[in-house]
Amino acid sequence: MWRDDLRGIFYIALKDMKTYYLKPPSISWGIVFPIAWILAFYLRNPQNFEQLVPGLVAMTILFSTTAAEAVVINFELRLGSLERLLLAPISLPAVLLGKVIGGTIFGFMMTVVVTLGSVLVLGLFHVNFLYLALVIVPSLLVFSSLGALLCVLVKEVFEAQTLLNLPRFLMTFLSGVVYPVSAMPPVVQCIAYLMPLTYTVDGLQQTFSTSQNAFVFVDILVLVSFFMLFILPAIKLLYRRFV
Amino acid sequence: MFKRLAVRFLRNGEGELENIIEVRDLTKCYGEILAVDEVSFDVRKGEIFGFLGPNGAGKTTTIRMLTGLSRPTVGSARVLGFDVESEIVKAKKYIGVVPEASNLYDELSALDNLLFMAQLYGIPRNQRKTRAEELLKTFGLYERKDHLFGTFSRGMKRALTIAAALIHSPKLLFLDEPTVGLDVVAARSLRNLISNLRRQGITIFLTTHYLEEADLLCDRIAILVKGQIVKIDTPEALKTVAEEEPVIEFTFDIMATKVVEGLSERLPERKIVPIEQNRARIYGGIPAHVLEMALQYAKDRGIEIVAVKSVKPSLEDAFVKITGLSPTIMAVEKGGGR
Repeated sequence: MWRDDLRGIFYIALKDMKTYYLKPPSISWGIVFPIAWILAFYLRNPQNFEQLVPGLVAMTILFSTTAAEAVVINFELRLGSLERLLLAPISLPAVLLGKVIGGTIFGFMMTVVVTLGSVLVLGLFHVNFLYLALVIVPSLLVFSSLGALLCVLVKEVFEAQTLLNLPRFLMTFLSGVVYPVSAMPPVVQCIAYLMPLTYTVDGLQQTFSTSQNAFVFVDILVLVSFFMLFILPAIKLLYRRFV
Repeated sequence: MFKRLAVRFLRNGEGELENIIEVRDLTKCYGEILAVDEVSFDVRKGEIFGFLGPNGAGKTTTIRMLTGLSRPTVGSARVLGFDVESEIVKAKKYIGVVPEASNLYDELSALDNLLFMAQLYGIPRNQRKTRAEELLKTFGLYERKDHLFGTFSRGMKRALTIAAALIHSPKLLFLDEPTVGLDVVAARSLRNLISNLRRQGITIFLTTHYLEEADLLCDRIAILVKGQIVKIDTPEALKTVAEEEPVIEFTFDIMATKVVEGLSERLPERKIVPIEQNRARIYGGIPAHVLEMALQYAKDRGIEIVAVKSVKPSLEDAFVKITGLSPTIMAVEKGGGR
């Protein structure tokens, strides 16, 4: 049975890539928006652009995964095509994971483009690519599953997008993308540490810095926990919709 | 024991399981609404079993419970020997489902939709394209295989949705209102196709609110009203319920409504009902006597009787007799029928 589930996850992710993700709106929202955002900060202060790169990569992870993820499930629920997947001999968690992995793969492709571009243009060849992958992959899973969770929480496509904007913009300002968390007031720091993007940014900063330390594994562990925190209720909510 | 029987049935393809579906006291509540109320029935191997009832009777809810899309509130059901609550994923390998809405992917071509379904059902890579193309040819869609599903007409979408449900050669096919929204030609073609599937040995569970469709296709029919099964039998046996009294139909050269009153005076104990513009039916009585009285009445009034025939009760008559509902409820609630 697990083989059926793995096969289902793979082909659902592949189909979603083809039908939803590799389309101009997803690509522009996933890649153009983070670049435009960071460029605005760069134009204000052109020095130390290297310090903005972890934030740029983190923003790409956040926006590329959530851009379509928060739409596809409700879209398919509305059209009835999600039911077609649930009629196949695969479990409901496998169907949802297929959707999440689809968003993750798309996010990975966008993140690789932005990261490699930054590394090549700025000559950041000291970066530890293994650590980088270890931070990027769980981060992609976290934000893709966040999109899925918010999607199954509501019924309408626009509701999911609206609901998602709140954590998305809160994280953009409070998770250290532009301003370091350590420079924020203590109360805001407490809020920042409740947000998964803070750990993504911290992990990326460590992998991009010349003096890496073992704390990157704490970030990875916290990100894995966030993934579980989002995906399990999403599965439960989807079950509730159907049974 | 059921599981062992199911495995033997599926391995051998033999009729080890006489009943493909076994449902006992199946109930579904949505809050305080009782959608399906303790229904029990069996579907035998190789038959077309019809679920007939008006919109909102609980037909789709029953299919959703039998295919794992909804959990029963109370009761149990086995599909191909597998329990629908605990083993439905295993059963799904052998069942095909055609929902009421044609819900394939608009963004994919006809061929890509079938290939995606073949992937989900684990059909070996080297057989996927052959099987998909074979189905496209069967359903007359091969020439449009590279066209997007979203560009198809309603009938073509319906055909491709059925093709997708057959991609893995299921032993049991659920068809939920298969001809709703189709024109007369497409509906007839689809009914022929359903009959062919039965000839291939596929057991079919069909829901419909079209009485003539149930009569034409089904081996047995369960009549469902307000979540409850009121009768299960063959169409012929159901019709005998309405066959208690002889019915004679007259066609006049004038409006039937102008004749009914006068005829009622001559035959005060008989029920006389105008059917269409110039046709009326007389229920009950000795046929020879009824005929004599009607002919005499027509002669006296100078009315010409164009045709006379003895009427066998239809499934519609049986439906009315069994449920006490008007047959128009079946068409009106779905938007006027065809």
